[in-house]
Amino acid sequence: MLGAMLREAWRAMGANRLRTFLTMLGMVIGVGAVVLMMAIGQGAQYAVAQTISSMGSNIFVVLSGYTSVGGVRTGGGSAPTLNVSDAEAIAELDGVDTVAPVHWGSVQMVRGPNNWNAWVHGTVPAYFDARSWPVAEGGAFTDSDLRAATRVAVLGRTVAQNLFGDEDPVGKTFRIGQAPFTVLGILAPKGQNLEGRDQDDLVVMPLTTAQRRVFGTAFQGSVRQILVKASAPEVMPALERNMESLLRQRHRLREGADNDFTLRNLTAVAESAAATTRVMSLLLGAIASVSLLVGGIGIMNIMLVSVTERTREIGIRMAIGARERDILAQFLLEAVIISVIGCAIGLGLGLGGALLANQLAKMTVVVSGSSVLTAFGVAAGVGVFFGFYPAKKAAGLDPIEALRYQ
Amino acid sequence: MSEAVIRVEGLAKDYDTPAGPFPALKDVSLDVAPGEFVAIMGPSGSGKSTFMNILGCLDRPSRGRYLLAGRDVAKLDKDETAALRNRTIGFVFQGFNLLPRMSLADNVALPLVYSAIGHEERLARAGAMLEKVGLGGYAGSLPSRISGGQQQRVAIARALVNDPRLILADEPTGNLDSHTSEEIMGVFRALNDEGITVVLITHENDIAQHARRLVRFLDGRIVEDRPTLQPAHSPPTLPSAASGRHPLPREGGRGEGPPC
Repeated sequence: MLGAMLREAWRAMGANRLRTFLTMLGMVIGVGAVVLMMAIGQGAQYAVAQTISSMGSNIFVVLSGYTSVGGVRTGGGSAPTLNVSDAEAIAELDGVDTVAPVHWGSVQMVRGPNNWNAWVHGTVPAYFDARSWPVAEGGAFTDSDLRAATRVAVLGRTVAQNLFGDEDPVGKTFRIGQAPFTVLGILAPKGQNLEGRDQDDLVVMPLTTAQRRVFGTAFQGSVRQILVKASAPEVMPALERNMESLLRQRHRLREGADNDFTLRNLTAVAESAAATTRVMSLLLGAIASVSLLVGGIGIMNIMLVSVTERTREIGIRMAIGARERDILAQFLLEAVIISVIGCAIGLGLGLGGALLANQLAKMTVVVSGSSVLTAFGVAAGVGVFFGFYPAKKAAGLDPIEALRYQ
Repeated sequence: MSEAVIRVEGLAKDYDTPAGPFPALKDVSLDVAPGEFVAIMGPSGSGKSTFMNILGCLDRPSRGRYLLAGRDVAKLDKDETAALRNRTIGFVFQGFNLLPRMSLADNVALPLVYSAIGHEERLARAGAMLEKVGLGGYAGSLPSRISGGQQQRVAIARALVNDPRLILADEPTGNLDSHTSEEIMGVFRALNDEGITVVLITHENDIAQHARRLVRFLDGRIVEDRPTLQPAHSPPTLPSAASGRHPLPREGGRGEGPPC
């Protein structure tokens, strides 16, 4: 029965090839647009997710306060309001995975004929774990380096290239001022952060080394920033409250006084960026879906014409024993075949378009199996939905009227 | 005498018109026994086509009873009447009504599609039926490639393919010249000789003379119901049950090749 109906549908479609092709074209464009837009939208989401994971997950940043000299206020992180013991106290709180105090500044570095200015992060070995940032070549410094304030450093990729060029920097030295520093390792490349700043333009060294041998702070043990990694996303709201009250207590801030530090939840920032991309990708999909809808209406239009043209044939079929559901199934099958074949072609074009966008425009595109399956499901659904009314109309014809139709 | 193939009692059909209900049939009663060959005659508007549509389960009467092979058609749902049209009745139309894009074999096999019979058996039975109406060599041709008389033979083959008890033919020779008409009537006679009940509508007296019984309609009523004088026929009450499936007479005089 199905075999006979498929041959019927094929014959009916073949009888008016141009019309069938044009009807299909509506679906081709619709599905192609949806597939392409979904690939681009998911690509954008993927790119944002990559950036977010490069920041490390479940991260809080505590910045020290600002100084105010004669009413001129400096930026966050410039006053020595945070110190290493604050970091040690935070590490005792529930839900804390690792804590890394960071003292930073920008310095000029020299290696042979090259020199370069970059940010130095003076911190503890836990820093690499907190930022989910592995050392790719060589190794990291250890707690004994921290205790002894040895002159060692781990370079970001950008710094390594600018100072050492094609040389392998591991084990070699560079100078800050007159003091030589030994390169222990090179960090894995991380790329840009959400603001577009190059995260690899960085030198990481022991906190004690940075404080005593590079910046020479007047306040022993003060840090500009404390990175706090929570053990799970669920504990983050409670941990944020606990950290704030702990720091206020430690800094002896009175009720109503402003915080002398800033607490930031990086995950929340990242999530809002991800949400923006998600909305954009939904919007792209929605706009593309409109063309799918138009394609579906095209199918309905042509099926209605086809039912009218074949009224007499429907009458003949009814007279020789076709039930209403046979007629319904015949026209429905035709609509579904048109939409599914159109979908297959549209899928090919959409994937080709995504590939072109990737190759020519260097866009990140992601094609998932689920988006392909969704496209097929939607196309079959469009065929059934828009084919149903014409098919129902065909099945509901009065056989006598249909037989008389010229 | 066995149970009537067709039993109609007090049948009436009203059509709704802007001027009120128009009675197309008024109190028609008729019995057709198995193996009968009935010609229905009457001027246009006499109700004979309406009557035929009701007999063919394409239309329902406004009043009265219609028993087809003992079953009250009014009590059947749409799928059951479709099954009756498919298996119990074979239709032959004035305009042949073959599907133009299908081969003759596919046309003949079409009723079998709706009885859920497999592809192989469909083609085998369609081939046998085309053979029977003398068009065995044309299975793959399209209807447009053969003459009107040949098309009507194909239509008869289609009507026969599901072994119906009753053939209903609505002016089957209306579009044919007199010579071809004679041939088609020969086919119907041969079918009737095999025991199939045939009811046909015609407005030509000499066509009606091929039947064994003549029913004349006028203004929605039967005004005449009498046997025709057909010496060549055996009595209608004695269908030749023993006669096998002998081939029907072939189209004569015009050769076997395609006409165009």
